[in-house]
Amino acid sequence: MNGQTLRLIVNRLGVALLTLLAVSVVVFAITSLLPGDAAQALLGQESTPELLAALRQKFGLDQPAYLRYVHWLGGLLAGNPGNALANGLPVAQLIGSRLPNSLVLAAAAAAVSVPVALTIGITSAMARGSLYDRVVNVATVWVVSVPEFLIATVAVLVFAVKLRWLSALSRIDDIATFGDFVRAYAMPVMTLCCVIVAQMARMTRAAVIDQLTSSYVEMARLKGVRPVRMVLTHALPNAVGPIANAVALSLAYLIGGVIIVESIFNYPGIASLMVDSVTMRDMPVVQACAMLFCAAYLVLLTTADVIAILSNPRLRK
Amino acid sequence: MNETQTDIILPGDASRGVTRRDALRTLVAGGMLATTAGGLLTHTGTALAATPKKGGRIRVAVGAGSTADTLDPARGSNIADFVRHFMFYNCLTTIDDKLAPQMELAESITTKDAVTWTIKLRKDVRFHDGKPLTPADVVYSLQRHKIPATASKAKAVADEFAEIKATGPDEVTLKLDSANADLPAILGTSHFAIIKDGTTDFSTANGTGPYTCKEFRPGVRSIGAANKAYWKPGKPYLDEIEYFSIADEAARVNALLSGDVHLINALNPRSAPMLQAARGFTLFESKTGHYTDIIMRDNLGPLKNPDFVLAMKYLQDREQIRKVSMRGYATIGNDQPIQPNNRYYLAGLPQRTYDLDKAKYHLQKSGMAGSTVPLIASTAANGSVDTAQIMQLSAQKVGLNLDIKRMPADGYWSNHWAKHPLSFGNINPRPTADLIFTLFYKSNSPQNVSGWKNEKFDQLLDLARGETNEAKRKQMYGDMQVLVNENCGVGIPIFNHSLDGFTNKLKGYGAHPLAGLMGYMFAEHVWLDS
Repeated sequence: MNGQTLRLIVNRLGVALLTLLAVSVVVFAITSLLPGDAAQALLGQESTPELLAALRQKFGLDQPAYLRYVHWLGGLLAGNPGNALANGLPVAQLIGSRLPNSLVLAAAAAAVSVPVALTIGITSAMARGSLYDRVVNVATVWVVSVPEFLIATVAVLVFAVKLRWLSALSRIDDIATFGDFVRAYAMPVMTLCCVIVAQMARMTRAAVIDQLTSSYVEMARLKGVRPVRMVLTHALPNAVGPIANAVALSLAYLIGGVIIVESIFNYPGIASLMVDSVTMRDMPVVQACAMLFCAAYLVLLTTADVIAILSNPRLRK
Repeated sequence: MNETQTDIILPGDASRGVTRRDALRTLVAGGMLATTAGGLLTHTGTALAATPKKGGRIRVAVGAGSTADTLDPARGSNIADFVRHFMFYNCLTTIDDKLAPQMELAESITTKDAVTWTIKLRKDVRFHDGKPLTPADVVYSLQRHKIPATASKAKAVADEFAEIKATGPDEVTLKLDSANADLPAILGTSHFAIIKDGTTDFSTANGTGPYTCKEFRPGVRSIGAANKAYWKPGKPYLDEIEYFSIADEAARVNALLSGDVHLINALNPRSAPMLQAARGFTLFESKTGHYTDIIMRDNLGPLKNPDFVLAMKYLQDREQIRKVSMRGYATIGNDQPIQPNNRYYLAGLPQRTYDLDKAKYHLQKSGMAGSTVPLIASTAANGSVDTAQIMQLSAQKVGLNLDIKRMPADGYWSNHWAKHPLSFGNINPRPTADLIFTLFYKSNSPQNVSGWKNEKFDQLLDLARGETNEAKRKQMYGDMQVLVNENCGVGIPIFNHSLDGFTNKLKGYGAHPLAGLMGYMFAEHVWLDS
């Protein structure tokens, strides 16, 4: 790694931190724009002006917005995102109990989808224009076009309600054996794979084809390199940048964006925590979740950038 | 329906020339009627009163529930909380299926003037930690509602407790600010569940209820394990209940059909045929007093006009609304909030019908003919979007243009409910007629949604509250129903029924006019037939 590479990476990290700060302002401003507040949401039909005022004072909602922002940001920097308004539990504890679930689901989905997507992408690039390539192309587009709630619901109807092979709910509290794990995760992971495999596979295919048409591959082919070796050792290393980006985008989606899968399979992940909290106007939780998603996004994208930089032979020595 | 038919006693009117569809629906309702025949509290009246079996574990999924789930009875805000609280706690009284109070932790509650009440406690009750129930626990449990920091949902009610003190080893005396004959019923609502003296930590529950709290994670699940030392002999029947929420209705129904859960609530009437077609499940209808109302806000815009209100009331095609918005799972309403199975219901009040001529007459008299009025509806208020469309069609026929504005469910209650000249709301049943009228119809109530002001009504309400003579009381509540029906800017086309679904292995189930899930109290009544 030379000085230029290091500078590029440090730049990327600096930009990521600035983005995070900007996002914190935007998140706070937008959540303040939501109509109603936690006091109203909690009291519902029983609310009276007196009770509302008491509860707002207890939650600190009577303070001006900029003060609340400063307090919140200060707490966040000190590692304390505050307490949830709805139940008084520390936000860190709430997120801490849900985040591992989301990470396990994301990891399981990634473990299945990434190899599948790469295999599909690379093989269809190698067999470009063949029947296999066209079938795979059409199939992936078709699968990604079907909304995930439809895939999930149909899967539940078939595998849980009719065949009774799998559980309609992903009940992770009762997992004792690997078999239980597979039964609990099979349908959510399958649904998520349908959503993300297509994008990754198509990006991989495009990136590899891009390399296969370049002159150095032509040279390698004239040299007599076998097709598999040509793709794996010549073309693929140069296609890593765009592939890493596609994978990072998909993984970022898996961490925070799987609300539909979470609600259909009643999976206690972090996306449903955030949606719950929006409904309850539980801003400390909403803001912490939003910052977390944003951070995850940035970490993954920055990692992909760094991988792309490191894999660029022009920057390698 | 299949096997379930044998499980439910045929109500008397099912044989009277009704269509097959109606008969099926009445069969579902059978549980409701059956319970009125037998004992109330024990639900021995539910059909097929076989000897309950002990043991077993069930999973129950309800529609509500979030990270705001709480074990603090004072803060219970929806069905998810109420059910949980009745699992772990008891109240001094319990509300039976005619909405009359029965003794629970209290042995007796007596009064001479409905102001000073003497509450005698049972002597054989213990908390889950083994400590006996004492008057101090009762005083603490009731007193804390008055403190604003408790954020009690029942604060408005509890503010009328002038003095609560222990007056003997098993006696509490409660003095009210003014007479309220409904106190025993109020004490039977889950908010007034009895907790241990000094409890401030609600991460677990230390109550006297049928189940002990084995696990509680807000927004994830609760587990109740049978309380072996429960003071009601033989109860509870189940070893364990796992309780959680599945917000998505389709997912909830699928979870029941796939055998993942044993009992669900809040079925959409549109899912009813699916459950009926499947083998081994019961669709259970509870005739609750839940209603979706059209609010004609008195103090906003042109609706001060009583003729416009009447025109709107005559425009409600109740039969059609019942069919479309609830697929028939509803009772026709009569623009007043007391449902027919309430003991104070005024049966003699003439039913207002769908009458375009009268609607047209009043509309023209109001001077609003030909005008366009926005009507605010939302999926937040059950069935209101369907109802709005039916109203719109009817209104067109008499020359009124109702412009339906559909608002998102999120934030509807804080931002739109009763904040427009014409909007929809929905009201959950309350245990007493007094509470419904006081909360939503009394002129000085913050939730007086229509902004209605009627001196005679307010006076009657105060009088009825302190009246201990049942006959006189019924008369007064009858008069109030007439007043609301004739003058108030609230249209109540139907009372929505509540639909629960469960596996046929689950026995001992019954109906309750307050809500589905046996009025939130199923946990100690149901048992599992292996």
